[in-house]
Amino acid sequence: MSESQAGHATGAPRLSDHALEQIIGRLLQIGVLISALVVVAGGIALLIRYGGAPADFRSFRSEPSELSTLGGIVRGAYRLDSHAIVQFGLVLLIATPIMRVALTLVAFWWQRDRLYVGITTFVLALLVYGLFWGHA
Amino acid sequence: MYPGPLASTSRNSHRLSVMTILTLAAVVALGSFCAGLLGALTGLGGGIVVVPLLTVLLHIDLRYAIGASLVSVIATSSGAAAAYVREGYSNIRVGIFLEVATTVGALVGAAISGVIPTSALGILFGIMLLYSAYRMFRSNDDHPPSTAPDPLATKLRLNSSYPTSGGMQPYAVEGVLPGFGLMFVAGVVSALLGIGSGVVKVLAMDRTMKLPFKVSTTTSNFMIGVTAAASAGVYLHRGYIEPAVALPVMIGVLTGALVGARLLTTANVRWLRILFTAVVVVLAIEMLYKGASGAL
Repeated sequence: MSESQAGHATGAPRLSDHALEQIIGRLLQIGVLISALVVVAGGIALLIRYGGAPADFRSFRSEPSELSTLGGIVRGAYRLDSHAIVQFGLVLLIATPIMRVALTLVAFWWQRDRLYVGITTFVLALLVYGLFWGHA
Repeated sequence: MYPGPLASTSRNSHRLSVMTILTLAAVVALGSFCAGLLGALTGLGGGIVVVPLLTVLLHIDLRYAIGASLVSVIATSSGAAAAYVREGYSNIRVGIFLEVATTVGALVGAAISGVIPTSALGILFGIMLLYSAYRMFRSNDDHPPSTAPDPLATKLRLNSSYPTSGGMQPYAVEGVLPGFGLMFVAGVVSALLGIGSGVVKVLAMDRTMKLPFKVSTTTSNFMIGVTAAASAGVYLHRGYIEPAVALPVMIGVLTGALVGARLLTTANVRWLRILFTAVVVVLAIEMLYKGASGAL
């Protein structure tokens, strides 16, 4: 986005595209930091509790629903189950690029850029579908 | 007893010595750190080394490896976003427009991944590794900015400008539809192999759409995280994301990438590039061999 492209919108003074992107970039870093902290906290608990168990990931067995559905993960994290806490941190991480698209949508909406509000909404809808209902 | 999918431990455990969760985490974290470090130094990203590391060297199932790798791809992409934005090169309109193709591609890739034999995935992975090694040795000489925009690019307002030493330099965007098609392929490949497929994205933007190289790489970083998030969501539901594997991969790649970004500004990375290329070629041969012999 260049400032000249945003310039056709009139009214209240707006943030430049670049300033908006900078804010979005910072928010993403904070998102990654928070999710990393959650993952590390859950990970320490997981390794203390199960560190001595044999690790066999050579053949695939799908994760149980407590670790593969958003509801199960949130309930497990609330019970302070270490696996669910790690998984909750990973879900937060997967959500950061989705947040980025959502914030980009807000930026386009502020600029009254209908075409890109439409395009961004489509991308956002696909991402939300994948995260919430993606058993396709 | 380890809960979840591993509660009934393996029939195969008598064949190979079994590591504990803790040892495996330590080994995976160390390997992922190296992958993240080299990925940042070469600009290829860590995912392309993480999957062969987990599958070929540690015999972890390809699906767990793909799930963990996608998580690390998102971490490095989002973590680096602020640094890229500061440079002021990325073209958000180009990024979000092409995200339509990569996101649809990623969901299609995730949908078909279950029916594609792992041997075929191994061979595809080997080819991607060889292509990445080849691209690393091609010079990234910047072409002069295009001045002949695709009419579709004008319609979509994709043409923009980027900062250079001589002030803001306008550029036009060419080949919108071929670039869009390549991005679909990048999305499918990303989901099938659990990598960012940044090389395909840069190829589409730099070569096909004639964007300036720096605009291509920074916009690609934005897109990589979004594409990976699309398939990671699906794989989470399908049970590919195992906490004990994804945890050391994410932390390892992320710290490696952070250290790599620091080193990039100080160290001479030429010999590291050569080392990395050698590693990538060896892994490519391994993946091709394992894929062809059905050992993956």
